Amino acid sequence: MLSMLRTLWIVFRHAFRRRVTYQYPEQPVPLPPRWRGRIILTRDPDGGERCVACHLCAVACPVDCIALQATEDEHGRRYPEFFRINFSRCIFCGYCEEACPTYAIQLIPDFEMGEYNRQNLVYEKEHLLIDGPGKYAGYNYYRVAGVSIGGKGKGEAENEAPPVDVRSLQL
Amino acid sequence: MATIYVDNKPYVVNEGRNLLQVCLSLGFNLPYFCWHPALGSVGACRQCAVKQFKDEKDKRGKIVMACMTPAAEGVRIAVDDEEARQFRETVIEWLMANHPHDCPVCDEGGECHLQDMTVMTGHNYRKYRFPKRTYQNQYLGPFINHEMNRCIQCYRCVRFYQDYAGGQDLGVFAAHDRVYFGRHKDGVLENEFSGNLVELCPTGVFTDKTLKGHYTRAWDLQTAPSVCVHCGVGCNTTPGERYGLLRRIHNRFNHDVNGYFLCDRGRYGYEFVNGERRVRTPLLKRDGALGPVTRAEALTEIGKVLSGPAVLLGIGSPRASIESNFALRELVGPDRFYDGVSARERQLLSAMLSTLRAPGVHSPSLREVGEADAVFVLGENLAEVAPMIALQVRQAVYRSTVPMGERLGIPAWHDSAIREAIQGRHGPLYLATVTGDKLADVATRSWCAAPDDLARLGFAVAHCIDPTAPSVSDLSEELPGLAKEIAGALRSAQRPLIVSGPSCGSLAVVQAAANVAISLSAAGAQHAALCYDAPECNSFGPALLDGHGLDEALQAAKSGSVYAAIVLENDLYRRADRAAVDAFLEGAEQVVVIDHTVHDTTKRADVVLPAATFAEGDGTLVNNEGRAQRFVQVFKAQGDVQESWRWLGELSRTAPSNGAWQNLDHICTRIAETAPALGEIARVAPAATARFLAQRIPRQAHRYSGRTAIGAHVNVHEPALPEDPDSPMAFSMEGFPSTCSSALTSAYWAPGWNSVQALNKFQAEVGGPLRVGNAGVRLWEVAEGHDHKYFEVIPPAFQSREKEHLAVPLHHIFGSEELSVLSPSVAERAPASYVAVNFRDAEALQITDGENVQLVLDGIPYRLPVRILPDLPSGVVGLPSGLPEMSWVKLPGWGKIVKEVPA
Repeated sequence: MLSMLRTLWIVFRHAFRRRVTYQYPEQPVPLPPRWRGRIILTRDPDGGERCVACHLCAVACPVDCIALQATEDEHGRRYPEFFRINFSRCIFCGYCEEACPTYAIQLIPDFEMGEYNRQNLVYEKEHLLIDGPGKYAGYNYYRVAGVSIGGKGKGEAENEAPPVDVRSLQL
Repeated sequence: MATIYVDNKPYVVNEGRNLLQVCLSLGFNLPYFCWHPALGSVGACRQCAVKQFKDEKDKRGKIVMACMTPAAEGVRIAVDDEEARQFRETVIEWLMANHPHDCPVCDEGGECHLQDMTVMTGHNYRKYRFPKRTYQNQYLGPFINHEMNRCIQCYRCVRFYQDYAGGQDLGVFAAHDRVYFGRHKDGVLENEFSGNLVELCPTGVFTDKTLKGHYTRAWDLQTAPSVCVHCGVGCNTTPGERYGLLRRIHNRFNHDVNGYFLCDRGRYGYEFVNGERRVRTPLLKRDGALGPVTRAEALTEIGKVLSGPAVLLGIGSPRASIESNFALRELVGPDRFYDGVSARERQLLSAMLSTLRAPGVHSPSLREVGEADAVFVLGENLAEVAPMIALQVRQAVYRSTVPMGERLGIPAWHDSAIREAIQGRHGPLYLATVTGDKLADVATRSWCAAPDDLARLGFAVAHCIDPTAPSVSDLSEELPGLAKEIAGALRSAQRPLIVSGPSCGSLAVVQAAANVAISLSAAGAQHAALCYDAPECNSFGPALLDGHGLDEALQAAKSGSVYAAIVLENDLYRRADRAAVDAFLEGAEQVVVIDHTVHDTTKRADVVLPAATFAEGDGTLVNNEGRAQRFVQVFKAQGDVQESWRWLGELSRTAPSNGAWQNLDHICTRIAETAPALGEIARVAPAATARFLAQRIPRQAHRYSGRTAIGAHVNVHEPALPEDPDSPMAFSMEGFPSTCSSALTSAYWAPGWNSVQALNKFQAEVGGPLRVGNAGVRLWEVAEGHDHKYFEVIPPAFQSREKEHLAVPLHHIFGSEELSVLSPSVAERAPASYVAVNFRDAEALQITDGENVQLVLDGIPYRLPVRILPDLPSGVVGLPSGLPEMSWVKLPGWGKIVKEVPA
């Protein structure tokens, strides 16, 4: 009897509490910035694709839902020819982001990806690639790496000496 | 054997090794860079530091380089010593000081020895803050990509390229921290083994340029054990596939055959598999044009003829597997099975085969070639015909000088010291070829002459060794001395070796080489060996099936009988005269061609069935030593592509014929029953029903990525895995990655060892054979007894003719082989057609280098530019063999050079 009254009292008291239920979708859900949601591919500060098609995200993926093919432009800059994520398999673990050496692949606070047709959950590069740098504004991989690309020759990356001239002793 | 103490535990090890090799063989993870089992020690990288103690009481010890310290009795070392460990970590930190930050875009990533060793030593964070040294890269040709920033100065590349492979144009420049490995200027790497730098370089300085064009990480490749199809040596390979495209060829270690290396034709010839000229669907000729049809339509069309009155002729192929050739023989009957090589080649092959199978003649494995201590090469330009044999001959002449160093107290593994001690001397190597060979730089004597004169030299050598061998009369001045010298060298050697083959098209040369081998055996040489190279990957296969000659088949056109022809993986226009083939194909009721590539013969066919290449099917090939080796399907090809033997099996089910088989094991059993010479074929690899811990062996690495996304753009529901009825391997990453059969192991991996050096963990002794034995089965072993029956027919000395020249075939590593030249990178290296003339003849004919002349052979004129070859004997001209733009020419043959008169 006492416990019933106590229960009633608690229920009654809750009626005056602040509501925790969000009226989704009318009301947006506040998500923390590190929420692991929809995956995107970002661009470096110069506007170039950050992804260098190193395949590390694909190999880190526990459900193997990332497939890509590397290719190169005429100056040797490597980028993915295609980049496919099968979100119907993705478990949003974030390992791909962790593995990415160039900050290209990022998980963002967005989970609104529901589809009636499962086939629509297969995202290609055009669905993934955004126009900004995402979370890491300043980083530009090709300015750090030693390979030369269009507009950046040998010895022109950060903290690099000019190329060695092996014939410097020749007259 | 010696007892050494590692971390205070005794181990019994082989004496005469260095501590690094011993430690690795014992399973210790000791990092190293400059040492390589095939190259020996040089002590350049200072990475394999261990601590050595004087005796049990010595607690202090001293740091030594394991690769430079002999594993002598009682040596006490510590691998797991704090100071040694820190030393190794510091060394790698120095090596990494200038290493660029580019692993993500480096093709070596994921199979990089430097990555492995860095992780192994525990160097994690970079402390060096100063600018990194950089280099400009060089253009090194269509095979190799150069990224010099990644170099760690281990010197492996130049040691392999110059010392091991005899290359001249890759060197080391500048000094101290500016050392540069490259060519003196941009240009194509000339050596035919340059591709090995890809696997040899412990980091990403030299990477595979063809792979770069369709780059895939090593862990993403689907691989299966395979055998190279671009010459008769039968090197073991590991082809890698991704998204239905063959991506690269890597070496697959076989201690008896290719060891650690491949030639560039074998490594880069693979792209014909992805080529535009592939046949992917059955084709049927309607209204004079071939068009795609369904397989049912094609089979019905062929079935009509099979059940008709026409006599069915089956033309086999030396580039198709034994199974396919056998299936064809079963379908058409042994009486109407033709081996599909030109009449001359057939004659040469049967002479070679009967000699090799005769008692007393040992056909050496490629490894044994490298262990010979006197070599006589008769007629073969090895570097162009069978480069891997040339590479082993080069090792043989080096190795036979090692005892010289050992007498000075230098152990055999101490490569740099031995080379210093021998001062460029080399063991006896005699070259007798039509034109100069790349091995000439290590030859004791080299002699160029017309094929008949080469044969006479061979016969004379045999006579010098054994006086009962037929003697050669009227030898020209220099020959008796030379023959005596060669005979002397071969007689005094422990393991003399004669290398010959069919490439100059002379039966006398093949017989002369046989006589030398027989004479050595008669003279009591225990370990004499005769190595013939075979022109194609399965040249001996159809020959062992007792096929008839192709010319007999071509005669059918003239006999007026009603016949139909099935041509198996063969372009007849490369085998016989164009007019004869035309007549044969036109006269046939129906021509069925089963092949993977479009060529002139498929264009004339009524039905074309798409055959599988080595990467898309299973089969067995017999190499030049008589070793049967299995290649396993790497991936399922799209469309109706399947093995030729499977097509032929389907055809035999539509026809009232015997022999129906469902898988490779059925057909192998049938071969073993029917062809006694091939009785061992079922033993070449485990049967398809074999299981390892009740599972199949996966073709994909355990890190294979993208399973659920590869085909998701087509259908998000993943398809069922393809079945494999022919081998115990699975098209999957699931299964038990057993390495218990080397015939079924394509890639080696051990924890912490992701590069090709993981192989160490699977060898009984590092650098030695695999623990589970080497792949392949020799079909015959040397029989007891001596066969003293010499070949008696000695050709007369070559007489040059006034108006005519003897045209001989000149082979090219890039260009002469039919399939590899379809690979764009190999095609880039192939020469344009030419006619080679020597100086004196050119002067007499008043022609100059590069000038166009007409060469009239068999009444057919060929317009070709002249190339002056100084080594070519007088009265002989050379024609490149097998180039795509050259049609079949009967060589050797007499031709006439006509100077073009400017219009």
